[in-house]
Amino acid sequence: MKKLFLLLLCTFFFNNSILSDEYNGRKLEIYKNLRCLVCQGQSIADSNSDFAQTLKLVVHDQIKKRKSNKEIYNFLISKYGDWIVYKPQVNKNNLLLWAIPYLVLLIGGIIIFILSKKRKYNGKN
Amino acid sequence: MKINLTKITTYTIIIFIIGLFFIGLNKNNIYDTKYLIGKKIDSFNLNSLTSEKKISNLDLEKNKFTLINFWASWCGPCKDEHKYLLELKNQHNIKILGINFKDKKNNALDFLSTLGNPYYLIAKDKKGKSSVEFGIYGIPESILINSDLKILKKFVGPLNSSDVKEILKFTK
Repeated sequence: MKKLFLLLLCTFFFNNSILSDEYNGRKLEIYKNLRCLVCQGQSIADSNSDFAQTLKLVVHDQIKKRKSNKEIYNFLISKYGDWIVYKPQVNKNNLLLWAIPYLVLLIGGIIIFILSKKRKYNGKN
Repeated sequence: MKINLTKITTYTIIIFIIGLFFIGLNKNNIYDTKYLIGKKIDSFNLNSLTSEKKISNLDLEKNKFTLINFWASWCGPCKDEHKYLLELKNQHNIKILGINFKDKKNNALDFLSTLGNPYYLIAKDKKGKSSVEFGIYGIPESILINSDLKILKKFVGPLNSSDVKEILKFTK
């Protein structure tokens, strides 16, 4: 009976510590992606300003309400605009910004392909 | 005429980078609240500072115009703008809802008894979490809304005489 009780107790603490690690990790991930609007280039994770502390409380509440990261970001974007997040979600205003690296990669690939073909052709002649 | 692909590509990339810097450096990166104009404020339910009453968005629907002012007794700039709030109090078209931000009740009441009370209702936001619902990031800030609860203007920082003129223009 004693052993069973100890086993249950250990399982309880083990589960709790896993859940708490997961929760803290998620919280930190969100904090790092939120810009402190009253600071110079700091996320709310790095700031102890009044604004950062308030946002941390709000994020904490939203996680407790079982909101997903996306829902939390969307809520804060609706209040403060895209500027609040470091990694903005894709929308029609920033589509070009997201697409440029892929376009550059594609165009670069095409140029390299054409040039190498040209060199091969010149080499043969 | 032979087209030099490498030259064209190099020039295109240079022009593109210069263009990108030009646009990026000319862009105003300071947080502004222009996009909030025309948006409806979310429903809210806050505790009153002075009584057990709850203050909600329904209270504001009765007013033609409402100025929601976020303030605290510990906030220096709030003292500076107070005279302008008292000036607006005398206008019949507009009511001022004060939201007391992260403050102690006694200090807030002392502040009002010393400087005068411009508010028709005073709500409290002890932890500052409710202010996030209004997109507030520091105090003082004020939001002018109409009876449809749509935001007409948001004032970041203490109100001044030109802000008062602007508010009066809206409410005429």
